Parts: sequence; C-alpha cells; structure tokens
Amino acid sequence: MQLTNVMASLSPRKRGEGALAPARRKLKIPYLFIFLCMSPWLFGIIFFTAYPMVTSFYQAFTKFNLIDKPEWVGLENFNRMLFEDSDFWLSLKNTVWIAAISIPLRIAFAMFTAWVLTKPKRGSSIYRTIFFLPSMVPAVAATMVFTYIFNPAYGPVNRGLEAVGVNEPPFWFMDPKWSKWGLILLGLWGIGDTMIIYLAGLLDVPKSLYEAASIEGASPWQSFRYITLPMMTPVIFFSFVTGVIGSFQYFTQAYVASGQVNDYSHAMYFYASHIYFTAFRAYEMGYASALAWVLLVITLVCTLIILKTQKRWVHYPNGSLFK
Amino acid sequence: MGPLPERITIQMSNALSHLSPEKIAEIELHSKKAHRNKRWHDFLEMVGNHSILIALSAIFFLPLYLVIVISLMSKGQAETRSIWPSPFMWSNYVEVFTLVPFMKWTLNTLFVSVMGTIGVVVSSVPPAYVLSRLQWKGRNTTFVIILGTMMLPGQVTMIPVYIIFSKLHWIPSFLPLIVPTFFSSAFSIFLLRQFFTSIPDEISDAARIDGCSEFKLMMRIVVPLAKPAIAAIALFAFLGSWNDFFGPLLYLVENEDLWTLGIGLNAFQGLHHVQTNMLMTASALFMAPVIIIFFFSQKVFIEGVTLTGVKG
Repeated sequence: MQLTNVMASLSPRKRGEGALAPARRKLKIPYLFIFLCMSPWLFGIIFFTAYPMVTSFYQAFTKFNLIDKPEWVGLENFNRMLFEDSDFWLSLKNTVWIAAISIPLRIAFAMFTAWVLTKPKRGSSIYRTIFFLPSMVPAVAATMVFTYIFNPAYGPVNRGLEAVGVNEPPFWFMDPKWSKWGLILLGLWGIGDTMIIYLAGLLDVPKSLYEAASIEGASPWQSFRYITLPMMTPVIFFSFVTGVIGSFQYFTQAYVASGQVNDYSHAMYFYASHIYFTAFRAYEMGYASALAWVLLVITLVCTLIILKTQKRWVHYPNGSLFK
Repeated sequence: MGPLPERITIQMSNALSHLSPEKIAEIELHSKKAHRNKRWHDFLEMVGNHSILIALSAIFFLPLYLVIVISLMSKGQAETRSIWPSPFMWSNYVEVFTLVPFMKWTLNTLFVSVMGTIGVVVSSVPPAYVLSRLQWKGRNTTFVIILGTMMLPGQVTMIPVYIIFSKLHWIPSFLPLIVPTFFSSAFSIFLLRQFFTSIPDEISDAARIDGCSEFKLMMRIVVPLAKPAIAAIALFAFLGSWNDFFGPLLYLVENEDLWTLGIGLNAFQGLHHVQTNMLMTASALFMAPVIIIFFFSQKVFIEGVTLTGVKG
C-alpha cells in the first residue's frame, strides 16, 4: 500500500524520462551525497574518537597536569600503577568482585523475570510494564532512593527484615562488607531493559520444539535445559560481553552512593571512579590516561576470551555473527 | 495441537465399537475426569504464575511506592519508620521549588536534553541512510568501525576531549554536552540502519528510475517510513541526556547556574543537611517525566530495545 502511495506521488512525466536510463543510473554511485551524509559521523570520529585516542595514548607515557606541557616519563605511570598505587589494586579488586557476582546474577534474574512473563495467557503486558519501569529511573534518583530505603535506622527494608525475624539486619550502604550488595540489588532492580531482550529471545524459540519435547515426555526442566537454554545462548553471550564492558565503566551509582553515606573504607571505589578522581580531582591527566588504556586492554582481553569460548557453548540457529 | 483430522476420529470410533458398553462408559468417565483434572491443573498453574508475577511486581514497584509516600511526609516523619504519610504534606511539592533552585535545574536539564535529541536525530539519519540504502566501497568497513566505537569505553577518549573543550573555554557551559551530539551517535546509526534495511529496495529503485534525487528519496520516502525507528532514537537520546550524570559532572559542576537535576539532586544533601522528605520529593519530580514518557511510548521503546539488543 505504501509502495502505491509512493508511486502515485511521483509525476508521470518524470517517470517517462527516467525509464530510458535505469542501467546507467544504477552504476553511478553518488559519492558526493555519501560523503555529505557521512560527514557528521566522519568529523565526529576524527575529533571525538581518533584524535583523543592517539593523544591519550601519548599522554599515558607522560606526566601532565593540564596546565604545564606534558612531560615524557616513559613507563613510569605503569610502574606506579603496578607497584605503588594501592588504590589501583583496590579499585580493580572491587570491580572484579562486583562483575563476578553481578553479571551471572543479572543474567539469571533477567532470564527468570522474562521466563515468568511468557507463562500467563493474559495480562502479561501489565507485569512487563511494571518490571521495565525501574530501568527508566535516572541513576542518581534511583541511588538516592536505595540509600534511603536501605538505611539501617529508618529504612523500610530493614524494618521488613526485622519483621520476618532477621535479628541483626545488615547496615547495607553504611557497612563496607554489605555496600556492594546494595549496589548489586540496585542494579537488579533496573534489570528491565536486559529483561526485554531476554523476553524477545524466549518468544523467538519455535513452539514446535516444546511440543515435540512434550510428546517425547520431556519434563519442564529437561525442555528448559535442552531447548530454552541452548536457544538463549546468543543472548546470554551478548549480555556477558556488555556486562564486562559495563562493569569497568560502572560509575554513577557508586559515586552517588558513596557521597550519600561517606564511604571511608572505599568499598564502593571502582575502576571508573579511580580514573575520575585521578583525572578530575587530582588533575593527574597522564596517569589517568594510562589507567584508561589499561582499562581498554582489560576489556578487550576479556571480550576476546569470551569470543574465543563462544564456539563451545553459543548456539546460533542461523550461523555465527562473528565467523 | 488442534483438532484431530476426521479420518482418525472415525477410525477411533470404529475401534471403540468393538468394546462393551460398560467399557466405553468407563473410558468416557475416565476421560472426563482427565479433562477435569487438566482444567484443575491449568487453573492451579495460572494461580501459581500470577502469584509469582504479582510478588515480583510488588518488589519492583516497592521503591517507587516508597519515594511517593515519603515525598509526602513531614521531615520528622520521614525519619521514623512509618510507611504511610500523616498528615499528607502536599506542600512539599511547592516547597521544593523554593528550597532549592529546582525550576532552574529542570529547565537546564530540559534544554540539554532537547538540544541533544535534535543533534542526535539530525546527525544520525543521513549516515544510517547511506549505510543501509546505498551500495558503496568501504561501506561494510565503516559499519564495523561504528560497531567498534559502540564498544569503546568512554574513559579512553574522555581526557583529551575534556582538554579540547577546556582550550575552547567551553567549561563550564552546556556546549560540551550539546555539540558532540551533532556528530552522530553510533548507537542511533546502528538502530536506524537495522530499521532502514528492512524497507524493501523496490521502493527506492522505483523512485530512482523516476529521477528522484537521493536526498529527496531519503527525506520524502525513507524517513517517513522509518518514523517508529526515528521516534525510538529520539526517545533514547532524550532519556540518555535526562538521566546523564557523568557529562554534567565533568562540564557543569563549576557553575551552579548551569546545574542539571542529576547534579542538583546529588548536591542536595550538602545544600540542605538531611531533609529526606524533600530529597524524595525532588527525586519523584526528577523521575516523573521519564515515567510519563515511558507510559505514552512503551511500544516504541520496547521495540527499540528489541531491535538492537541494547539501550542507548
């Protein structure tokens, strides 16, 4: 229908004219038009990606405080990182810890919420809306709310825990041992966008597979284990990769939460926080650039490792995307 | 599985005719029982599913409920353990505008978000168009580079970009938050390209044969057909700016007149000691536009997430 509208909107005179030379027109590629269209992206990638990457790579080998000229120090920054900077190791440890716990938890929780959403015959869209809603909430506001409701003195969470018989509920964000769990729960609350991807994946699994399995007498667990899970591996794989990249950039929630509760022990001090404080509080731009490049290398290596393992466990119904 | 074909039903009734009437009655009773059992089972399953869903909904909704409830409490009550306001302090929603420059923060956030949205849409449609609707040398390489930049951690480019803006004397100002959006967003190009590719090529071919210029083809034919995808990138861009904290933290913090809601809210406690109720009032007002937008555009949103597998 839309095609006919398009045809009708073009005048008959022009149609006659063009019909003579379609073959020639096909060969001609409008390079000027292509260049003009690509130019916002092209200049963007030059000014905001390529040039900054080259500069920051150079700066990683310098001492640079934003005012004086960068001073070449060779590998000094990396030496400092590995052997002198305890905050580097602390932030790295915190980041690896939270990634190792929260990535699998997020995958499992997203899978579970999406799976229960596929169950009912009616009314699932209202639940879907409610599950998705928290992922829209601005991170600053969400963190404010969580530090309040997990407040040990008057927060409703501990009140609820006491009501069900937990005698000494944790101090959550106020306790270095528990503050990361507060952040993990905050992340799980905002699972909605990940869940939608899982939901789409689950709905894509052909119904005939489940029917065949149930005729063969497969238990619900078996059909989950041998049908759903293999069909979902591309989605799980994708969330693994984005999860690793995301963990190393995890900043806002941790920054806001530590500001709210005075995180003296630096339990919520992550890799991205370390870069931010080094660059924009201490103005050690050279050292911060070195930290950023180490971050890039770590994420690249992790991504490559996950990519390497995918042959063993990721099942692509239509062939691999990264062959 | 659908009803059985007629042939099989006839065969079955033939088979049944060999059996004694008592036997048939027994079988019928049995199948009725099985049927009733199945209905009972389905009913139980439905109750089970919905109870899990309702319990999960309660958990997801609880924090939002608490924000609203606490935002309506008095300062004293917010620091007790009550979960229902008495009295209802509707005045909090007026007071918050005088307690902090809430109006100014809102307008600043709105300005940055609207300009950022315009920037992303205007600068992402043309690249997505030529990447999906035209054949040219280097197209696939370009697309792979775009996908690569989506994965690139922002920290790697952050410092030199900051230095560029500081040399231009653009810090503090809105410019570092707005100008880069006019240089395309990799994510939006990706989303639009996915959608543009699904539009049949015949439409373009027909228009080209009729002598339609590429620019006209893009603006008059492809863009109108891709309205849902453009709506999706506009939404993602708007919400991305509205919810952004890191950008304003780098570029706006030094000038209080430029603060956005995120920065203001984060500084709230420092400005006014601990006024939990007001903090929640401000949080509720900060969330409200996002939630309202979501309710009106849920479909666009969910389709956008599904199309790309990522949120902007």
